[in-house]
Amino acid sequence: MSDYNADSQLDCSGLNCPLPVLKTKKAMDDLASGQVLKMVSTDPGSLNDIAAWVKRTGNELLESIAEDGHFTFYLKKS
Amino acid sequence: MTESNGEKRMALIASKGTLDWAYPPFILASTAAAMEMEVGIFFTFYGLTLLTKDIKPKVAPHTNPAMPMKMPFGPEGFQQIEWSMPNVLMGNIPGFETMATSLMKQTFKNKGVATIEELRDICLESGVKLIGCQMTMDVFGFNKNDFVDGVDIGGAATFLEFAADADIQLFV
Repeated sequence: MSDYNADSQLDCSGLNCPLPVLKTKKAMDDLASGQVLKMVSTDPGSLNDIAAWVKRTGNELLESIAEDGHFTFYLKKS
Repeated sequence: MTESNGEKRMALIASKGTLDWAYPPFILASTAAAMEMEVGIFFTFYGLTLLTKDIKPKVAPHTNPAMPMKMPFGPEGFQQIEWSMPNVLMGNIPGFETMATSLMKQTFKNKGVATIEELRDICLESGVKLIGCQMTMDVFGFNKNDFVDGVDIGGAATFLEFAADADIQLFV
């Protein structure tokens, strides 16, 4: 288990493409540089999608954890 | 329109107005905007109806034999049943299209998929350019008041000028 101090949390459980990415983008907009968002989703596609989103936007994916059909992401705002 | 400012740019043409074809342009545009791309969608022919304030896109099962016919309710095993139906029947049963549309909308809802209206709102909020085709408006009798706020009107040259500097161009 990870232990990042999340400044903000977002639950995207039950949502499908492209909502986890869109809601993550919106939540990250509200953070200051260096702050961390914890996002949880149940969409298996979000593993690749969040990684792709991070690559394009320059934010940092600290860790992604897949367990029991839940995917947890720790994202650091650039 | 604008000179490219170093961001990636995506230019889409949305030419179809059924529910299934309404999703791709709005999904791609909202996601591209979230990925900090500059996005424009040119709505032409039947795609133009996706700009109206009240949109009611339907699915057209007739002539679409690839469409899975499954029920969005009941036990898991029941939901997996493929209700194979001759295509010629689908087109001739009154109300079939309406029923198929509501079943598909229910399926989308069950699976946590956004509605077309939600995705369109996100596009507008995130600065996606929605361009209505002037010629199609004249042909089908639309005026700008029929459309949601924030829609631009233009023709082929307007789109091409934007698309000329695009990194991604797709015709949907």
